[in-house]
Amino acid sequence: MISEALFFSAVLFTIGVVGVLTRRNAIIIFMCVELMLNAVNLSFIALSRLHGSANGQVFVLFVMTIAAAEAAVGLAIIISIFRHHKSVDLRNINLLKG
Amino acid sequence: MYFDLSIPSQLAGALLPDLILVIGAMLLLLLSVWRKESLGQARLVGLLSIVLCLITFASVVWLWRAHASASAGIIAVDNFRWATDCIVLAATIIAATLMIDYSEREQLVSAESYVLLLLAASGMMLLAASRDLIVVFLGIELMSIASYVLCGVDRRSSRGAEAALKYFLLGAFSTGFLLYGIALVYGATGSTDIATIGTAVTGETFNNPLLLAGIGLLIVGFCFKVAAVPFHMWTPDVYEGAATPITAFMAAAVKAAAFAAFLRVWIEAFPGATSAWIHPLQWLAVITMIGGNVVALQQKNMKRMLAYSSIAHAGYLLVTVVVANSLGASAFLFYLVAYTLATMGAFAVVIALDEPGERNQEIADYAGLWHVSPWLASAMAVFMLALLGFPIAGGMGFFAKWYVIDAALHAPHPQTVLAVILVIASVISAGYYLGVVLVMFMKPRASDAVAVRPVQTGTFLVIYLSAFILLLFGVLPNGFVTLARDSVPISMVNAPAGPPVTAAASQ
Repeated sequence: MISEALFFSAVLFTIGVVGVLTRRNAIIIFMCVELMLNAVNLSFIALSRLHGSANGQVFVLFVMTIAAAEAAVGLAIIISIFRHHKSVDLRNINLLKG
Repeated sequence: MYFDLSIPSQLAGALLPDLILVIGAMLLLLLSVWRKESLGQARLVGLLSIVLCLITFASVVWLWRAHASASAGIIAVDNFRWATDCIVLAATIIAATLMIDYSEREQLVSAESYVLLLLAASGMMLLAASRDLIVVFLGIELMSIASYVLCGVDRRSSRGAEAALKYFLLGAFSTGFLLYGIALVYGATGSTDIATIGTAVTGETFNNPLLLAGIGLLIVGFCFKVAAVPFHMWTPDVYEGAATPITAFMAAAVKAAAFAAFLRVWIEAFPGATSAWIHPLQWLAVITMIGGNVVALQQKNMKRMLAYSSIAHAGYLLVTVVVANSLGASAFLFYLVAYTLATMGAFAVVIALDEPGERNQEIADYAGLWHVSPWLASAMAVFMLALLGFPIAGGMGFFAKWYVIDAALHAPHPQTVLAVILVIASVISAGYYLGVVLVMFMKPRASDAVAVRPVQTGTFLVIYLSAFILLLFGVLPNGFVTLARDSVPISMVNAPAGPPVTAAASQ
C-alpha cells in the first residue's frame, strides 16, 4: 500500500520534471511544477503513515499554503510578461542572452 | 540567557529579531499603500526600512552578546545564526540604500520593493536559524518568493519581467527537488528535525536507497539556490535583467543565506553519511570553480561578468561545505563578509556609472575611468582585487581565500586537490578581474564616452565604506577571525575540533 503510493508519487514527480524540461509555454511549465509539488505531498502523506508521526501531514499543509502563495506570484509575473511580449511562450522571450 | 523552546513565549523570545523584522515589514507595507504613490513616499519607506534593519541588527547583537542559548528545538540559538543574521542584515541595508538612489535616478516609484527586501531578509534569517527541515523550506520559500517579485519590480522593464519569469520558473522547479529530497530523508529517518536526522543517519541506514536519493535531491535543490555549476543556467540572465540593487542583493544575501542553511544541514544532519555525498560535492565544487571562472573570462557586460564571478565564488564556498567541520564553518563566515562587501561595492560602482535605462554597463565603457574619476576607479580596483583574493590591495579577500584553503587542508579528510584547484581557479579569475583594472587604468577614455555624473550620497557611502572596511580588516583581520572562529553551529562546539587556524598568517 505504502510502496504503491511512493511509486505513484515518483511517477507523478517524473511526469512533472519531464513536462518542465520539454514544454515551452510558461503556464504549462508552471502546472508541471505544481504537479511535482503535489507528488511530493503524496509522498509525505504515505511516509507519515509509515512512521505513524504527524510531521509529514503538517508538512503537507505548509507545502499547500506556500504553493498557493507561489501561484499568486507566478501568475502575476506571467501576466506582466504577457503585457510586454504578447505571448507566454518561452521561445518568444529572449532579450537576455549570453 | 536561556530559552526553553517548548514554551511558546520563550520560543518567541528566541525569535525576537525575526519578529521585529516581520512585524516592522508589515507596518511598512501598510504605510506604503496608505498614501498616494510618489517618489517622496517611496523614499520615506526606504529610509524607514533601513532604520528597521538597524533595530533588528541591534537586537541580534544584544542576543549575541548576552550569550543566548536554548534547548534543542526547531530553531537554533547559536553564534552561527547571529553571525549570518548580521551579514544578511548588512546586505539588506546596503541594498535598500542603493535602491533609494537607483529609484530616484530611474524615476521608479515602488515603495513595496523595500518591504519585499525586508520580507526576503526575514526568510534569510529564518534559514540561518533553521534546525528543522520544515523551517528550512519555509525560509527558502519566503526568501525566494520575495526575490521573484523583486526581479520584476520595475514593471516598465521587459528585461526585468523576463528575469522574473526565468527566476520564478527555475526557482519553483528547484523547490520541487528540494522538497522531494526532504520527503525522502523524512521517509528514511522518520523525522524532519535536523539533530534527530543526524543521530539516525549512521553506518547502518547508510545503504538505505530512500536516504541516498533524498541526499542527492537535497544537493540538487540547494545547488540550484546557490547557483553551483550544472544548475546555474538562470543566474546570468536573472542578474543581468533585474534592477542592479536587486542583483547585488541576490548575489550577496540570497546566496549567503542559502549557503548558511546548506552548511548547517550538512554539518548537523549528514555527517554519518559522509562517504555518500563527499564525492558528488567535490565534483560540483571543482566544476563550479573552473566553469564559472572560464565563462566569466568571455563576458563583455559588467553585470553578466559579476554574475559568473558570483557562480565561481559559490564554488569556493562549496569547498567549505565539503569540509563540513568547525574550521570550514568559520572560514565560510569570514569569506561571506569579504564576499558580501566586495560584491555590494562592485555593484554600487556599476550603479554609480550607468545611465538611466541601465545603459553604459559594458566593460569597455569603463575605459579610462582613472583619468576622469580616480577615486571611483580606485574603489572598483579594490573590489576586483578583493574578489580575486589579492594580498594587501585586495584587503580581506586575500585572507578569506587563505582561510578556505587552510580549512580544506586541515579537514579530517584533507582536500588537497580542492585546495589546488581553488588556487588554479583564482589564477584564471585574475584574467577578468585584472582585465577590469587594466581597462580602467591603462586604456584612454573613449572620445564619445558620457561624462560621469556626481555619485549620489547613499551610493557614495556604500562604495567608500565597503572599500575602507575591506582594506582596514585586510590589514588587521584578527577581530573578524576571532568572531568567525567563535561562531560555529552548536553541534560543532562539542565535536573534536581540527587544528587551530594558523595564527602566523593573521599577524
